[in-house]
Parts: sequence; C-alpha cells; structure tokens
Amino acid sequence: MNETTGMILEWVIKGAVVAVICLIGFAYTTYYERRFLARIQVRIGPNRAGPWGLLQPVADGIKLIFKEELVPDKAYKFAFMLAPVLTMAPAIIVMGVVPWGTQANFFGRTIELGISNNLNVGILYILSVTSIAVYGIVLAGWASNNKYAMLGGLRSTAQMISYELALGLSFLPPIMLAGSLSLGDIVKGQQDFLWYFIPLLPTSIVFFIAVLAEVNRSPFDMPEAEQELVAGYHTEYSGMKFALFFMGEYVKMFSMSAVFSTLFLGGFAGPFVEQVPWLGPVYLLIKIIICLGLMIWIRGTLPRFRYDRLMKFGWKILLPIALINVVLTALMISIFGL
Amino acid sequence: MDANLIVFIILAVVAVGSALGMLLNKNAVYSALFLILNFATVAVLYIILGAPFIAMTQVTVYAGAIMVLFLFVIMLLGAEELAGATKIDWQKPAAVVLGVLLLAELIVVIFFRETVFAEFAELTDFGSPAQIGRVLFNEYLLPFEITAFLLLAAMIGAIVIARRVRQSPSKRES
Repeated sequence: MNETTGMILEWVIKGAVVAVICLIGFAYTTYYERRFLARIQVRIGPNRAGPWGLLQPVADGIKLIFKEELVPDKAYKFAFMLAPVLTMAPAIIVMGVVPWGTQANFFGRTIELGISNNLNVGILYILSVTSIAVYGIVLAGWASNNKYAMLGGLRSTAQMISYELALGLSFLPPIMLAGSLSLGDIVKGQQDFLWYFIPLLPTSIVFFIAVLAEVNRSPFDMPEAEQELVAGYHTEYSGMKFALFFMGEYVKMFSMSAVFSTLFLGGFAGPFVEQVPWLGPVYLLIKIIICLGLMIWIRGTLPRFRYDRLMKFGWKILLPIALINVVLTALMISIFGL
Repeated sequence: MDANLIVFIILAVVAVGSALGMLLNKNAVYSALFLILNFATVAVLYIILGAPFIAMTQVTVYAGAIMVLFLFVIMLLGAEELAGATKIDWQKPAAVVLGVLLLAELIVVIFFRETVFAEFAELTDFGSPAQIGRVLFNEYLLPFEITAFLLLAAMIGAIVIARRVRQSPSKRES
C-alpha cells in the first residue's frame, strides 16, 4: 500500500468515524435528554427497553423507519425531499474542523486525531457551514405548502440570521487571544494559557445563548412552537424524514457543543493528554456531555420566548454585548500584553 | 489522469450545470437553490486555487447570507412561479455584446496567460487569512475604510427607509 492510498484510506475512515460518532451521539443525546428532563420533572423517564432503558433510542429508530411516509399532494416534491438532508448534513460537516487530540499512534501509523485540526480558516469554515444550515428549515417550510410550516420556516430564518451575528462576533475574542483562525491553535493557546471561558466569561455566555438559538433549542425553539404553529416547519413531515429533522437538531446540538468546548473549555486539553494522546477524545467527549447537560437543563427550566422579544433580545441585547466583548478583549490583550 | 484534473472536471460540470439550471428553471425558488449550489462549487474551486479565505467568505456571504435574503423575499412575495416575464427590448443586443466581451476575455486568459498573468503564478500563500489581513490593512487601507463607510451609509439608509414613523405616539407595551 503506497502513501497516497494510505492517506486517502485514513481520511475516509476518519470521516466515517466522525459521522458514526455524531449519529451515536444523536441517539444517546435523545436518551440523555429524556432521562434528565424526567428527573427535572420528578419522573423516571424511559427505562423499559434494555438495562436502564439504554436500548430506547434503537427502539425509537426502528419505529420511525417503519412509519408511513406522507408527502402532501400540493408539496414541491423535490424540495420536500431535499430539506431534511440539507438540515442534517451541515450538522455533521461542522465536526470536520474540531480537533479530537494531537498525534497518536494507531497500529504503527502516526495519525492526527481529528479530520482537519489545523485548517487555517477553521472558524470561517464553521461560520459558513452554519450559514448553510438555515436552508433546510426554510425549504421545509416552503416546500410543505402549508401556512403553519411556512410561518415556522420564515420565523426560523429570521431567528437564525439574527443570532448568527452574535455568534459570529463571539468567535472573535478566542481568535484574538489565540492569534489564529485554526481550532488546533486555539486549543494550543488554551493549553499554554488558561481555558478561555475564564478570561472570556461574558463572551462564552453570549456564545452559548447564540448557539441555543442557532440550533433552535428551547427557550428559542420558535420554529416549532407547538401551541401557535402546530409543529412549525416540520408539520407535514413524517417517518424517516421527520427523524432526519430531529436528528439534525440533535447532531447540531452535539457538534456545536463540541465547538463550544473547543473554543472555551480547552477542547481535548486535560491532565496527561500530552503523554497519552488517546485521552484527548475522552476529555472532549466529557466536555460535550457537560454542555449537552446544560442545554437540557435550560430546556427543563425556561419557558419559550415570545417572538418579538426574541428578536429584540437578539438585536438589542446580545449583539451589543458581543460587540463590547470584542472591544474589551482587545483592551485586555493590549493592557496585559497577552 | 491527474487527481486535480478529475476534481476540476467534476466541479466544472457541476458549476456550469447549476448555472444553466438557475437560468432555465421556471420556479424562482429552485433557481435560487441552483445559484447556491453554483456559489458553493465556485468556493471549492477557490480552495483548489489555494485561496481558502475567499472560498469560506464566498460561502458565508453569498451562499449563506445573501441567498437567504433572496429566498426570504421570493417566499414572502409568493413570487416563485411567475406566469410570463415581461420582455425588455434591449435585452438581446445587450446580451450579445456582453457575451462577446466575456468570450474575448476568456480567449485572452486561455491563450496569453503565460505572458499576461505571469506575475500571479509566483505568489504563494496569498490566500491565507494572515496574508490577506496584512495586505488589506497595509496596502489597501484606504479603499477598505471607504468600503466600510459606504456599507455603514447603506445600513443607515436601509434603517431610515424601513422605519415607519407612527402618527400617534401611543406606546405599545413591548
């Protein structure tokens, strides 16, 4: 096997592994959410399928596969099929730039843990992929040819565009501290200095809120808003197509948690990670689970925003705070000479 | 065959195909989708040319932000299927002239690239974010600032136009 074939094989395998991690992550995020929410609401949650209900996601998946798929008569068929895919794919693709570790030995071959750790436009890559993610929801709303779905789709576009600004601005302070757009360098910067959520606490909070809005999580789950819009953009979807939307949301939660951990919680950094590189993925996973827990906790605690307040919050509070954070970080860097 | 060439041919086919799809599709939403695909393909071409920064901004700004607004407008106006577009008299001659100009430019690029564009071939690492930042804030600082002011003026203009002045100053609970 020559070097090129080996390299292509390595990349294919790494890509497949990341995709599988995302999918397993999706399955067990739903389980995690249902169990955790149940505890918050003094219930028990799913505990029948398998030990502690661990097979519940599998059972749900099988159920969804066997459900009947309906396509509304007046729907735009092609866009209707395309929308769930467009929601799902960007969520996984984001993971491409998240570093899982440094170099490690794998059956006598030195591999880099992560697909493209040191891409010099890593942050821009995340921004561009998340900006594509909007289309799935808009298209779903339009293609269903249904008033409620349309309203849900338009709402979500407005929401995601608004919060993308705060999100984009909150990427800046970690970039400024690390002096690089590559996520690998940002993690390295945190290994040498501090985890960035300590010096950049306000930024990390703004970032987290913007992420919640970006993945349409409660209290920003406006596009769904059962009481007003039935189920928003996915009202007309059923069976596996509905499952894909569901998956898209949870995989996005998972991958944005990974991005948050990498930017603010040190990514794969942790004790002894220099000596044992395989600890990197484990640390990252632990941090992702903590972030997911926070998201679920917030869902269990806060009611949904009213739509006009949500927009007002995004434009009049979050965006100025994000801007001020950038200025403050610049001041901090020039005063302390970081 | 060279791997780069294979990738290029696939991308070129997709790019031209999506451009044609945009032009020929009757449904405005599908046209917009084809345009997004076209922008994304061109972004990949930029990556192959060694300009990742431009590629990413292309996707974020054009395929992401601008096209979302396009789609938004198309959907809000319900203009996805227009019955018959009104014809513009000078459209055909203008199209012919512009087409000939584009063809001439292509011919120059293809046949004289060794002499005309020789200086570009020597640049390496010109597309990295650091390099672009350095050039932008040293050599092109004035145009950069002027663009910034233009954008600011446009933004303020948009706000002024969009803002409705209420006749009765009754403050609604917000």
